[in-house]
Amino acid sequence: MGRFGAGQPIRRVEDRRFLTGQGTYTDDRSLPNQAHMVVVRSVYAHARIEAIALEAARAMPGVIDIFTCADLDADGIGDVPTIFLPQNRDGSRMTAPRRRPLAQGVVRHVGEAVAIVIAETQAQARDAAELVQVDYDPLPAVAEAMDALEAGAPAVHDSHPDNLIVDWEMGDEAAVAEAFQSAARIVSLDLINNRVAPIAMEPRAALGQWDEAEDRFTLYTGSQGSHSLRTWLCRHVFGIPEEKMRVVAGDVGGGFGMRIFLFPEHALVLYAARKLGRPVKWVGDRSEAFLTDTHGRDHHSHARLALDEDGHFLALKVETVANLGAYVSQMGAFIPTLGGSGMLSGVYRTPHLHVHVRCALTNTAPVDAYRGAGRPEAAYLIERLVDAAARETGLAPDEIRRRNFIAPEQMPFTTSGGKTYDSGDFARLMDQAMARADWSGFPARREQSAKNGRLRGIGLAYYIEACGGGGPETARIMLSPEGDATVLIGTQSTGQGHETAYAQMVADGLSLPLSRIKVHQGDTDVVATGSGTGGSRSIPVGGAALAQAIEAVQAKAKRLAAHLLQAPEEDLSFADGRFTLPGSERSITLDELARASRDPDHLPEGMTPCLDATESFKPAAGTYPNGCHICEVEVDPETGETSILRYTIVDDFGVVLNPLLLQGQVHGGTVQGIGQALWEMAAYDPESGQLLAGSFMDYAVPRADFLPRIDSATDESIPCRTHPLGVKGAGEAGTIGAAPAVINAVVDALSPLGIRHVDMPATPHRVWKAIQQQRAGRFGT
Amino acid sequence: MKASAFDYARVESLEEVFALFAEYGDEARIIAGGQTLVPAMAMRVAAPALLIDISRLEALQGIARNGDRLRIGAFTRYVELQHSPLVAEAAPLLHRAIPLIAHEAIRSRGTFGGSLANADPASEMPACALALEAVMVIANAEGERRVAAADFFQGLYQTALEPGDVLVAVEIPVAQDGMQGVIEELVRRQGDYAMVGLAATGKAANGMLSGPRFVFFGVGDRPVLATKAAEALADGPISPEHIAEAQAALAQDFTPLGDIHCSPATKAHLARVLLGRVVSRLLEHR
Amino acid sequence: MAHALSMIVNGREVNAHVEARTLLVDFLRDHLGLTGTHVGCDTSQCGACVVQINGLSVKACTVLAMQADGADVTTIEGLAEGETLHPMQQAFQDHHGLQCGFCTPGMVMSALDIVRRHPDPSEAQIRDGLKGNFCRCTGYGSIVEAVQAGAKAMR
Repeated sequence: MGRFGAGQPIRRVEDRRFLTGQGTYTDDRSLPNQAHMVVVRSVYAHARIEAIALEAARAMPGVIDIFTCADLDADGIGDVPTIFLPQNRDGSRMTAPRRRPLAQGVVRHVGEAVAIVIAETQAQARDAAELVQVDYDPLPAVAEAMDALEAGAPAVHDSHPDNLIVDWEMGDEAAVAEAFQSAARIVSLDLINNRVAPIAMEPRAALGQWDEAEDRFTLYTGSQGSHSLRTWLCRHVFGIPEEKMRVVAGDVGGGFGMRIFLFPEHALVLYAARKLGRPVKWVGDRSEAFLTDTHGRDHHSHARLALDEDGHFLALKVETVANLGAYVSQMGAFIPTLGGSGMLSGVYRTPHLHVHVRCALTNTAPVDAYRGAGRPEAAYLIERLVDAAARETGLAPDEIRRRNFIAPEQMPFTTSGGKTYDSGDFARLMDQAMARADWSGFPARREQSAKNGRLRGIGLAYYIEACGGGGPETARIMLSPEGDATVLIGTQSTGQGHETAYAQMVADGLSLPLSRIKVHQGDTDVVATGSGTGGSRSIPVGGAALAQAIEAVQAKAKRLAAHLLQAPEEDLSFADGRFTLPGSERSITLDELARASRDPDHLPEGMTPCLDATESFKPAAGTYPNGCHICEVEVDPETGETSILRYTIVDDFGVVLNPLLLQGQVHGGTVQGIGQALWEMAAYDPESGQLLAGSFMDYAVPRADFLPRIDSATDESIPCRTHPLGVKGAGEAGTIGAAPAVINAVVDALSPLGIRHVDMPATPHRVWKAIQQQRAGRFGT
Repeated sequence: MKASAFDYARVESLEEVFALFAEYGDEARIIAGGQTLVPAMAMRVAAPALLIDISRLEALQGIARNGDRLRIGAFTRYVELQHSPLVAEAAPLLHRAIPLIAHEAIRSRGTFGGSLANADPASEMPACALALEAVMVIANAEGERRVAAADFFQGLYQTALEPGDVLVAVEIPVAQDGMQGVIEELVRRQGDYAMVGLAATGKAANGMLSGPRFVFFGVGDRPVLATKAAEALADGPISPEHIAEAQAALAQDFTPLGDIHCSPATKAHLARVLLGRVVSRLLEHR
Repeated sequence: MAHALSMIVNGREVNAHVEARTLLVDFLRDHLGLTGTHVGCDTSQCGACVVQINGLSVKACTVLAMQADGADVTTIEGLAEGETLHPMQQAFQDHHGLQCGFCTPGMVMSALDIVRRHPDPSEAQIRDGLKGNFCRCTGYGSIVEAVQAGAKAMR
């Protein structure tokens, strides 16, 4: 066992309530006298609102009130904010179009909120919402980012007539140009990183309350961080001090990035609750989730790699167009720019990089962080491009990578993307993965498949990601008079198992059983500060803060023990919850110290009462988990169906805290990546802007019956050198590695036909079409 | 609670159904298993004023063999069909088709008659009914009539059922000695509606196939019997050339309609692939 | 118009009057306070709402409460015996077969249905039996292991 209980596969403490139906997700909570909100949503992608007639709806049974943007305007309600505003390459700062919680005059995507109906029951609100009559004057719409940037495309916002909202670059353009001049070979690839829906299994929901006596709001809503929601709501929507708002997350049914964000419904339940003096509850259904959850990805990239005659990478040049949707969500402009671009260098020495990103407004749902948030897009691009380079140079996919990997002895290494990697042994992990995947036995397996009329392919991807970002995290530990520990921390589990992971650390550090440790998260009245969970930061940042807090409690307890035992501090030893002075009868337990610490008479001079500590950790550097994914597929050339036959992962996450939870993160993330690669596509009709994949009938979520078992392992011998615990973070890694590995495998399977790329999702139809087109081209028919 | 308000009546006799139809007209709808209707109502795509629950109508229950006919009550749930030895023996195609429908928690509720009356062109049961030359037994206040499957399916969600009609039972000729049934479909994910599906019956002997019936689904507004393809396989032992001819003949049988997942050309190709596979399976007695 | 309704839920008889449009899942959650049965979609695909009616698994979002009149209904809340988890629940915990927990009640109910049909289920039978239950967190591998272990413990 490592420090702070690292390495133990502890079973989760939160499972019992989930397994017995006792979880408290947002819709499981009801308040006395609560009313219900239903949102009237736009059926058009782009239209002017000519009039909204409410009389018929108001006359329906149970209706309490109906609000439109005019009401919000009259009551001084602010906008749903855009937080990240990048600097354009001309030096100007991005200006975000206004996003009202309810559409103001114009609707800009299907599903945009137009009015809210509040009624005694949800069914009554729904009945009345059907009778809200909105007269629309439809306007031309544009759904694809590439189309939106064409001259003459319909303007989504008058404030941005060319739909170009961000024009951003990084890197040394001149150096890249020079490298391309001297290159022996240039490999290029056009890639689409398909738009996906996050699909948290718990649809978004919110329950708002207003306490008139206290002049204070409470918002119950599943999120990835209550504190940032509170800040945004107070600052941007209501213009009130943060003390006037409590946000409570409760149990959260999945997030995947989407639940970081402030959505209009958060503001609307609070607004209605204050207006009506009653708690107001909104529970979205799956259709609303598809239409209005932030989507992910949606990048079109043109990538070019310059190589010398030995296959060494000289420079990488990337042109990306990113779709941000109809409004810029809080971090929407971060993902394609700073979020991902710095990771385009991947695990390679490539000395020069230039990235040009144009972000477009379109008549679609806002796009923001989705598991990996820019890093999967980067990994997909570089790992697809490297595979294409391998094919064109004739080097094996592992060999071309080997020639370009940053070597362990070069660490710390600052990439052309500006990231300083502290550690990593990419060749070793790749070798381990290839051995586990029986890479050398693949040709025989391919031959066997060919005998059955199937095309077999194997694909490799080596991902690296940057973790541990965001703000600082603070952890507080308090010991009760009996010595039970309470942990307060501002990260938020949406399924990862933080209650267990953090308790595991405390259990080890303070020699307490798990049953005597309670972890609190997600309630802004209980936890003072927090940066939430996103970017695989909870253990790297929150865990580091907690480790410091544990050490601080240990130190305080030791000092108190020395005082009470009248022994020198440095002579005391701590084991099994007891401080002992070796060679004497003198000892005292942590429980006894916890009680004693409450009596000032027992305290040494200058010590504050109670065994507690509050510690913050602000990462000095990012952490860089990395690893190798290998996917083996078989394609039926008659139907285009792809089956995954084998999937192998070897990861370097540095020190591993709980291998059981870690494997859950890796496997779940990997299946999300596989889903994006093979099935998932949040498709809009390019002209009408209608969402074509708006239900589980049309949007193919990965299911148990078409996935293989995943073989995964970790190499725990490479701790992070810049992190106090040596951990690197693991929440997004699977998603980042999977998509390129799967598509590299599919392309490998199809390569005997001369196919060099297939876009995601590689559905049977798309694969079959690629085969048909290739055959038609080759035989000239 | 997502549907519009409606009234609900659970009936014990067909007469009650007819009386309610007389009173409510087309504002009344029958609910059988409800696995299609309840979601449609929740999405407010359907909004009947009255639901007539027929789950306790004895006349619509039960599976029985009467001589050379198998009679399946319209309210027979999929789960009952799946576990009925009578069905497995007398209608092997149906027995094999059930596992392809949705998944277990749907099959425990959904009914044979409900699927036929709904007439979704992409679903398995209408295609099986046509392949098996099933006859629908329909009752209304005037009496009972029988409609062959070929006449029953009339278009997209359209059947020969008239207002006031109740589908009571389905009669299927018992499979004669050696008559096989095979169903295959191509889906994005199993359990989903088929991009293209094929339900087939036929008797294989000495490399020949007698009396084959190939019914495609997911290709048009109703299940389609591919007679030209069957004719191409009519004489002599079946060779790869025969199969290729049958596949080519499909073009005369139908031109598929595309959908958001699949173009007409792809569907036509997939139909040919399926035909080849299904003929092979029939010949192998599988 | 309210309709009289009577059923056994987790071994207890309940009587109520409900609107005809009340879904079984609404009845369980809103009338009985059994919020362990979840609603994850509106097209009866995700399986978060799976319960048992007379021993067979059903999607409670696709059954009207009135259709369950007179039935014997079991929900996730009806599995554990006091403090002791049902062997299938225990197996899910032991094998980390859940993360966010939202799909979990439906998963466990479907797992029991798999074991009812296949007391010693193969991996393929389990994966097939779970195709009406979506999980976005686990990637399903740990759930498959949990169902195998749960089935073994139940034999």
